[in-house]
Amino acid sequence: MPGGCLLPDPVTGANHYLMSWSIHTFANPTRFMALSGALLPYFWALAAAGIGVGLYLSFFSAPPDYQQGDSVRIMFVHVPAAWLSQFGYGIMVVSSLMALIFRHPLADVSAKSAAPLGAVFTFLALVAGGLWGKPMWGAYWVWDARTTSTLVLLFIYLGYMAVWATVEDPNRAARVAAVLALIGAVNLPIIRFSVDWWNTLHQPASVFRLDGPTIHASLLWPLFVVAVGFTFFFLAVMMVRMRAEILRRKVRTLQLQQAGSRHG
Amino acid sequence: MTAFLTLVLRDIRLATRVGGGGGMAVFFFLIVLSIVPLGVGPDLNLLTRIAPGMLWVALLLSVLLTLDRLFQADQEDGTLDLLSLGPVSLELQVLAKALSHWLTTGLPLILAAPMLGLMLNLPISSMWPLVLSMAVGSPALSLLGAAGAALAVGVRRGGLLISLLVLPLYVPILIFGVSATRNAVISAPGDLGDRSLMLLGAVTLISLVVGPIGGAAALRANFK
Repeated sequence: MPGGCLLPDPVTGANHYLMSWSIHTFANPTRFMALSGALLPYFWALAAAGIGVGLYLSFFSAPPDYQQGDSVRIMFVHVPAAWLSQFGYGIMVVSSLMALIFRHPLADVSAKSAAPLGAVFTFLALVAGGLWGKPMWGAYWVWDARTTSTLVLLFIYLGYMAVWATVEDPNRAARVAAVLALIGAVNLPIIRFSVDWWNTLHQPASVFRLDGPTIHASLLWPLFVVAVGFTFFFLAVMMVRMRAEILRRKVRTLQLQQAGSRHG
Repeated sequence: MTAFLTLVLRDIRLATRVGGGGGMAVFFFLIVLSIVPLGVGPDLNLLTRIAPGMLWVALLLSVLLTLDRLFQADQEDGTLDLLSLGPVSLELQVLAKALSHWLTTGLPLILAAPMLGLMLNLPISSMWPLVLSMAVGSPALSLLGAAGAALAVGVRRGGLLISLLVLPLYVPILIFGVSATRNAVISAPGDLGDRSLMLLGAVTLISLVVGPIGGAAALRANFK
């Protein structure tokens, strides 16, 4: 039974079973596989519903912008993708903290699984922003504050993935990657501030808001629905990757045991 | 304190005797700045406009190239393991490495910068702001670079990995450094050049904390 203890009742003397669970309840990989296996179909369904309904609302329900016409609809992919890129890094930071400080067994698996997803959403945000920028500003790539900050975030994601790829021992890679994620987290606000500063230096007059003009309620709903859909998609794929990573480690352990027994 | 100084002096001696430290970095600095006009054309007005930015970018690249040797030799011959058992904490060891790196690599680059700036037609009035901003900002390069080198220690051909990890962290230093150089011709308190310099100093102070602590954590992660 997960994390429980026996507590004697002071009046009757009978024993009550006190259920206490903590994050370590889910530290057991087998239990995680069972739980994630049960949750996955629902996450996929919610993701499909969210993205499907959101896209329908984006294309048919939201009105075209009075300035930009229909090209404003790219925003419904671009903005949620940007939100998810931040969300992904947040998951990486929390997982890295759990891995380094609390030595949670699945924390580094969680961080490793979230990183490529966050990178893909960051890339999606940049590409969608570029496609939006062409009709809006006439250029595919503009060096404004938010674009540049997102680009640097993509570099930090890629550097994190590079650590996992180049350090051979997975346990060592996990710890080094966790330290890197935390160093990156501390520096991200500084980087963000410095890029904003740089941008105000070089673009004193015009301020382009990548969100477009002030957001009306009819535009807000599709945004949130797509964002919810994207989030469940992120979580579903992340769980699939975590399950794959747990199985991969089991295979590696078995292979090492087999190699050891053959020569031992 | 004596142990700390011993470590710093040891690294300085190794860098100056074994070589491959400041001299090669300055040479690389020179070569990179030389190919810039070959790339963008010899128009002096254009070169003046891009001079502060290119000087700082070249500084960053030159520092990056020297980073992978920071912990490599010590890790290979086991000195790092011995030192981890010694009286100096890992944080101070990383600080010692960063200090010696700055003294043997950063300082020569800063001293060479004004003269090499002449190749990019940097105005004489910008030279003191350039040196000042590099002096304030380059310790941050060494500190964050030491943390990056600690992350990639033991990885073969880790130099490229270190560059990938550390360049995003260098972005604020680059931005504030170039702004301080470019705008400090009339350095009155409170104007843009002065503000940039203050922000650059703030980044250096932050890296004085983040660098050693992050680097020590990375060394522990690599050798647990």
